[in-house]
Amino acid sequence: MRTGRLAGAALALLALSGCASLAPKPKAAPPIKVNLNPYPSTYQRYAGVPTVIRGATVFDGEGQQINNGTIVFADGAIVGVGGADLPVPAGAQVIDGTGKYVTPGIIDVHSHLGNYPSPGVPAHSDGNESTSPARPEVWAEHSVWPQDPGFSRALINGGVTTFQVLPGSANLFGGRSVTLKNVPARTAQGMKFPGAPYGLKMACGENPKRNYGGKGQMPQTRMGNIAYARGVWLKAQAYKRKWDRYERNGGEMPERDIAMDTLRGVLAKQIIIHNHCYRADEMAQMIDMAKEFGYRIGTFHHAVESYKVADILAKEGICSAMWSDWYGFKMESYDGIKENIPFVHNAGACAIVHSDDPNGIQRLNQEAAKALADGIRAGVPNLSEPIAWTWLSRNPAYALGILDKTGTLKAGKMADVVLWNGNPFSHYSRPERVWIDGALMYDANDPKRRPVSDFELGQPGEGDVK
Amino acid sequence: MIRAALAVVLLTAALPAQAQTIAITNGILATGDGTEPVQGGTVVIRNGRIVAAGAGIRIPADAQVVDATGKWITPGIVGGFSRLGLVEVDAVDATNDSEANNSPFSAALDVVPSINPLASAIAVNRHDGVTRAIVAPSTGKSIFAGQGAVIDTGADMEPITAARRFQFVELGESGAGTAGGSRSAAYALFRNALREASQLRRFAPSVQGGGGDQPDARLDPVVRDPNESRVFDAQRNDDVLLTRFDATALVPVLQGRQYLLVHVERASDILQVLGLKREFPSLKLVLVGASEGWTVADRIARAGVPVIASAVNDLPASFEQLAATQSNVGRMRAVGVQVAIGTIDDDDTRMVFRQRNYAGNLVALQRVPGASGVSWGEALAMITSRPAQAIGMGGEIGSIAAGRRGDVVVWSGDPLDGTSAAEMVFIDGVRQPLDNHQTRLRDRYRDLTKRDLPEAYRH
Repeated sequence: MRTGRLAGAALALLALSGCASLAPKPKAAPPIKVNLNPYPSTYQRYAGVPTVIRGATVFDGEGQQINNGTIVFADGAIVGVGGADLPVPAGAQVIDGTGKYVTPGIIDVHSHLGNYPSPGVPAHSDGNESTSPARPEVWAEHSVWPQDPGFSRALINGGVTTFQVLPGSANLFGGRSVTLKNVPARTAQGMKFPGAPYGLKMACGENPKRNYGGKGQMPQTRMGNIAYARGVWLKAQAYKRKWDRYERNGGEMPERDIAMDTLRGVLAKQIIIHNHCYRADEMAQMIDMAKEFGYRIGTFHHAVESYKVADILAKEGICSAMWSDWYGFKMESYDGIKENIPFVHNAGACAIVHSDDPNGIQRLNQEAAKALADGIRAGVPNLSEPIAWTWLSRNPAYALGILDKTGTLKAGKMADVVLWNGNPFSHYSRPERVWIDGALMYDANDPKRRPVSDFELGQPGEGDVK
Repeated sequence: MIRAALAVVLLTAALPAQAQTIAITNGILATGDGTEPVQGGTVVIRNGRIVAAGAGIRIPADAQVVDATGKWITPGIVGGFSRLGLVEVDAVDATNDSEANNSPFSAALDVVPSINPLASAIAVNRHDGVTRAIVAPSTGKSIFAGQGAVIDTGADMEPITAARRFQFVELGESGAGTAGGSRSAAYALFRNALREASQLRRFAPSVQGGGGDQPDARLDPVVRDPNESRVFDAQRNDDVLLTRFDATALVPVLQGRQYLLVHVERASDILQVLGLKREFPSLKLVLVGASEGWTVADRIARAGVPVIASAVNDLPASFEQLAATQSNVGRMRAVGVQVAIGTIDDDDTRMVFRQRNYAGNLVALQRVPGASGVSWGEALAMITSRPAQAIGMGGEIGSIAAGRRGDVVVWSGDPLDGTSAAEMVFIDGVRQPLDNHQTRLRDRYRDLTKRDLPEAYRH
């Protein structure tokens, strides 16, 4: 279709240039609009019933706690959140939440579910296109295996309703990320979070230099990392200028380059940078590089040393996605401290608890609990459980560019809701029910609401409590 | 005292820096033996050993009293299966002594010379109430990884509690890979190795009898160090695969004087391992991993073989773990398997402290319909006394009872809930420092306000 239109335009151009010299200067052909979303989401919310949970303790994800709270949702969206006096629509299913807790669904900004699925055999290793230091042309969604059994574990044990799947960190430019809703589907498109912006995975530090330096290729050093990345950004700037001019003036369509399409999207502030970067000094350099080329970094991932530069990150408005206590597995994680998350929060910067792990994603609430407790013990003021919940849903939603749709319990947002059987900051609590867009996707008391992936059918332990 | 002297010789024990009497009083006391905590508990430690524990204990007049009102008191956490002390930074090869892929030796390798009591991971875990750990090497080119030890995490230069306590072998997918590509190859290698050892066995020293003040030789293997081989001049067949050193190291395994820890996950692998007892009746087996253990739990229980399991791995992470479920531990326990928790292929060099979190999660499973968890008391036991018992050291470490080593932790709250912290840690009755690289960084960077001098001057 596009080719046809293009050919037509070219013919018209030829015809014009054949006219007499006195004719007005030929007008350039109008620009052809490129489809920037060729693999669109086909996600549709599942059916739910108007639901009311009463009597529960609510962490709204905005930092507030409501005791004896009420939450109402219907038609996929949150209708209202309030106290015991909140009016309840007639005919709604009413759940007694006494002694229980309600929170927004947890959002993990850093997952490899689907592209490093279980079982972790080489045939499933689809996370790193480590064939060149810059592979912005690859898209994580094209690696996602919708049958990864890990999705259901994150749902039923973790209360995770949304997550971002990223390419791995072998490359300086690892490719595009994809944000998924945690619903079982036959296709990756069926899980794609509608309207979520794309992200671009970048990496600094040890991984790219190890991957390529080991092959005798650039980059072999940290200076090589930056030099290589700057070269790529220069090309991206030139590509963007060319395409911006074309989209403004028309004329002959420049050659398309899907790698550069992604980088142009970053320079145009449409694609969010998710930058794997551990060390404080390297974060500062990545920030300088972003300023040099006119893009913004959304989030530093695995930001083990954010606590050393939390003031800078606050000033730049950059989020940090962190673990509570991982440290020491490589040099750039050697200075991990257990107070990283609360210290970053305390500096006024955006703090996020992330997993990067198919097991860790099942217990992000517990990771936040540990960080909260360590922060309180270290004397960080004004910490509380409802504040700590912002690390699990509001801030990650902001980092992914979907805060207007999910991440807090606010009227009009998607009804992505978890009912916990106790305080979710206790290791003794578990999700009891999980709703995604108002549809009940997990119920601990209903064995039928327990997803079993194709891979698990007929295998030992099928349908078991996992 | 003879026993103490022997312990020094045999176990290279770390004796307390000074003999003193400590009474930790009035806390919520959990002894680690599987029972539930009691209020108003007191623990008395003298000369590095626990002399009394419980409610209503008389406090000796000479005791230094620690008031634990409102606090929890437990035995120190025991790392059920780890590589603690073998590594400083995993990805920095020069600091990583967990495996030796280029060594000509396998079974003969002994972790003792590799343990660094000053490794930062030891201090980090001590900070979190880990006082002892079972430390195994990782396999290199052979299915036999070598001989593991039990260590303490004390801030001194004597980390070894029990040297060469066990041999570690991989017999699942990993073992199949190193043995040449199949489980059949791994078992052929295993049998051959033990047969080579059996040819040397008759030259080995006899097992010393127990009795009197002497430790039971089977519990505390008298390791006239097999590495200082007494069978040096023994004749061997020509048809050998193992170095003499490796074959010699397997003699105590064959004789049941050294535990054999076997890592397997798949149900069929577990049964194969249990079957080895028919062929080699003296083996003192311990299963490590056993993700599919619940599917054959009754047979493990009948065999009386203890298991050191991962607590909550619930993914079919490999084809040998298709039936993995968080209920594995609870189900095995329910039919009488003795289960301990370890960090198997799970940040085993640095994050033994996560065992606390795993134990808490096993408690939480009690409230999930259809799932199998364990009681609070049993969960604590699984990270204290059960690992000790699995390798025959339950009489020494892992619980609070008269005669045990004085490894005691005072916690700010329930130790199985991740929000609690260790406030005081005693090892062999000696109060331990809890600061480390991380706490020093925390204190340096808690305030980023610009000062007259750079951060490097804040210490």
